Amino acid sequence: MPSMRAGEETLASVRAVARRTAAARFGAWLPLVAAVALIALPSVLTPYTRDLVMTLIIYAIFALSLELLVGTTGLVSFGHAAFLGIGAYITVLATPASGPGSIAVLLPLAVGGAALYALIVGALSLRTRGVYFLMVTLAFAQMAFFVFHDTDVGGGSDGIYLYFRPVMAVGEHKLLDLDQWGQLYGLAVGMLIFTYAFLALLRRSRFGHALAGIRINEQRMRAAGFRTYGYKLAAFVIGCALAGMAGFLMAAKNGVVNPELLSWHLSAEVLLMVIFGGLGSLRGAVIGAVGFTLLKELYQSPGLVGTLAADHWQLTMGITIILFVAFVPRGVIGIFRRLRTAPGS
Amino acid sequence: MTTDATTLPTLRAQELTRRFGGLVAVDRVSLDLRLQELHAVIGTNGAGKSTLINMLSGEIPASAGSVQLDGADITAWSQPRRARAGVGRSYQRTTIFPEFTVFENCRLSAQAMLQRPWSVWRSADRCGYSTDAAMAALTDAGLAEAAQRVAGTMSHGQKRQLEIAMCLATRPRVLLLDEPLAGMGAEETERMLELLDALKETHAVLLVEHDMDAVFRAADRITVMVNGAVLASGTPEQIRASAEVREAYLGEGVGA
Amino acid sequence: MDLASFLVQCLNAVQYGLLLFLVASGLTLIFGIMGVINLAHGSFYMVGAYLAFWLSTALHLPFLVMLVVGIALAGALGFVLEWVFFSYLYHRGHLQQVLMTYGLILIFDELRSLLAGNDVHGVAAPAWLSGSFALGGLMSYPWYRLFAAAACVVVALLLYVLIHRTRLGMMVRAGASNRDMVRGLGINIRMLYRAVFAGGVVFAALAGMISAPMSSVYPGMGLSILIISFVVVVIGGIGSISGALVASLLVGFVDTFGKVFFQGYSGVGIYLLMAIVLIWRPEGLARRSW
Repeated sequence: MPSMRAGEETLASVRAVARRTAAARFGAWLPLVAAVALIALPSVLTPYTRDLVMTLIIYAIFALSLELLVGTTGLVSFGHAAFLGIGAYITVLATPASGPGSIAVLLPLAVGGAALYALIVGALSLRTRGVYFLMVTLAFAQMAFFVFHDTDVGGGSDGIYLYFRPVMAVGEHKLLDLDQWGQLYGLAVGMLIFTYAFLALLRRSRFGHALAGIRINEQRMRAAGFRTYGYKLAAFVIGCALAGMAGFLMAAKNGVVNPELLSWHLSAEVLLMVIFGGLGSLRGAVIGAVGFTLLKELYQSPGLVGTLAADHWQLTMGITIILFVAFVPRGVIGIFRRLRTAPGS
Repeated sequence: MTTDATTLPTLRAQELTRRFGGLVAVDRVSLDLRLQELHAVIGTNGAGKSTLINMLSGEIPASAGSVQLDGADITAWSQPRRARAGVGRSYQRTTIFPEFTVFENCRLSAQAMLQRPWSVWRSADRCGYSTDAAMAALTDAGLAEAAQRVAGTMSHGQKRQLEIAMCLATRPRVLLLDEPLAGMGAEETERMLELLDALKETHAVLLVEHDMDAVFRAADRITVMVNGAVLASGTPEQIRASAEVREAYLGEGVGA
Repeated sequence: MDLASFLVQCLNAVQYGLLLFLVASGLTLIFGIMGVINLAHGSFYMVGAYLAFWLSTALHLPFLVMLVVGIALAGALGFVLEWVFFSYLYHRGHLQQVLMTYGLILIFDELRSLLAGNDVHGVAAPAWLSGSFALGGLMSYPWYRLFAAAACVVVALLLYVLIHRTRLGMMVRAGASNRDMVRGLGINIRMLYRAVFAGGVVFAALAGMISAPMSSVYPGMGLSILIISFVVVVIGGIGSISGALVASLLVGFVDTFGKVFFQGYSGVGIYLLMAIVLIWRPEGLARRSW
């Protein structure tokens, strides 16, 4: 039948166009290069930069997890730090007093705990929209903050120490000992690669496409037959669970947790990371996390910006934030996209 | 064309009522939608047509009355549930996904009928069901050539066509069309009317429209609403001949 | 808990709630009318407190004079801020507003650090308001707290009269529902918004000035009041002043009695309240009213 053939041809050309644009995209191989670089990195690092690189990796995972919420699904959460904090606190609290805890136990607990709180918060918050959702997620994060800050659960405002970093042991033999920096680094890189790959798969799957549809026009999705509440809740829980995983790494890296991990400052910062890099892009989230964190380090370094500026770095940071959000709303990735779609290309 | 009053209507509204505080927006409206029949609802602004269609599609709950699909009571069903059961809806304001291609707009709509959100590893465009349904819908709506265009770059008329195509992608039996001709020129209107004629063969169609010429040309039955209630309901000839309709709404000289 | 303590706590709750209302009303007005989420609203509260400290301690102004001067300065600050910064936020999405006003918080905080240091300061209540009065022989209550509550009530009444009984208020309410129409009527929308914004800043700063003698002047005070104000606005319904009043009093009671009965868990109480309200009414308590 003529119409069938026309349909098949169109379908084939649609697929061809998609393949071409994917290949042509400059950053298609960038994540691979970055992964290789990360793996080769440890040999050139000093102790200070080691900690910095670990921080960057953890924040990259953290920002990626928020990108699923904000960039893919359109859920602007202002309480994302709570889930990182919960993951971190569970890691420390579930470690036995006498020796290291097992990664096989602590990691699922951290991720599961964050996911459970996300389920509760999401179930209640997703009944609201827009500004209300923003404020409600902030408030639930504050609730968690106060639980750890004011009660005995988390050792109060000073936090608690992780005396033994988690290990993966079979009997007496240690397969993975996070007390060894190299192994902790390896695990972190592995988790970053996993998070990136998982989210990339998710975004191009049916589930991911549905989330994008919900972000753009939820009403149309409902009219087509999607139970949008369920999709949003699933995305929320997955994103927050990944944040919990970042929290596990944070606890293992620092060896200590305190309530500041749940502060709304961190929630605002991870939002800024995603915006800096560019909403709607996984590479953007990583670039934003790295860029923002390095910028913050820069502003706080007396050696680089002078003592007065370094002491009052919040001033420079605040001005930077305002200028960036005002004039570069699409972030770093947005700049690249604009360059690529310039006339003639 | 006479309708057999003994066959079960595909979609039946009985005494549908909607109150907003003290205001009665829809007042005990009953109508039937049957396969191979285009039922138009006309009325002035504020007559309650939008509220009626919202209650039929499930977007807002009814204050009283019932909606039945093939005899089953769906009054309490949510909009997504009704959509999956075969009630499709197009909107007066274009509600396409402007950033996606025309093809993806339809494919995503079709995906609603076979969701499989847990198969994360499989790319969406490998999903045979939704891609086939999308191609069929686009072909039926006459948009097959435009499949890879970005939806937001199309003309207004094409966007309205896409709106219908997205509706068709879920293979509904009932089509609730809210002013599909809004903002269209003569040629586009003509194309849309041809499309509606073709759709009528296989669907039960409800058409809310302001364009009287189009309504009288396309409709098999017409219901006239005034102030939320049904003023008259019948064939186009009956409506045209009705003195009270003419007085209340049409004005002398139209279709006379 | 005996009757006397209970009554004292009730008075405390009302007084705290009224102060919250002062802050939250500005927040909800600005959001309801101009559609701007302003995270820096708590900073205005802090500015008010530090103004009170500076005006009374450095310039030795008498209390009432300090209030008047403070209000004028806060109004001027609000006027200028709207002109150079906030007027550019109206057309931006909420996320951008949140992040840009977050940047503003950082700037305010650092300016405060540069100008007034990081120490905790005290502001003395005026002599004619110090001490307590006896309440029917049962207990005594500080005069200053009574004054604070009364001041808030006066402001609330003024606000009501302004919104519902003056032409300015009519323009404000009209501007909230239909900006283009108001512009079409020849009313200067820009000046209207500037006035409303300045008003919001004045309310927040006034709250800060009033509370300075009670809760001292310290660096983090803006942030803590901000989040509670947002909870109040969410519970009361964004844009609704009457909702903000009811919500403020609710929060005042939950917070005050929470601290009394559940030491250590009181911080959680108001968020539980918010969760419960939102389960029942996802858009807050008020139904699109003023």
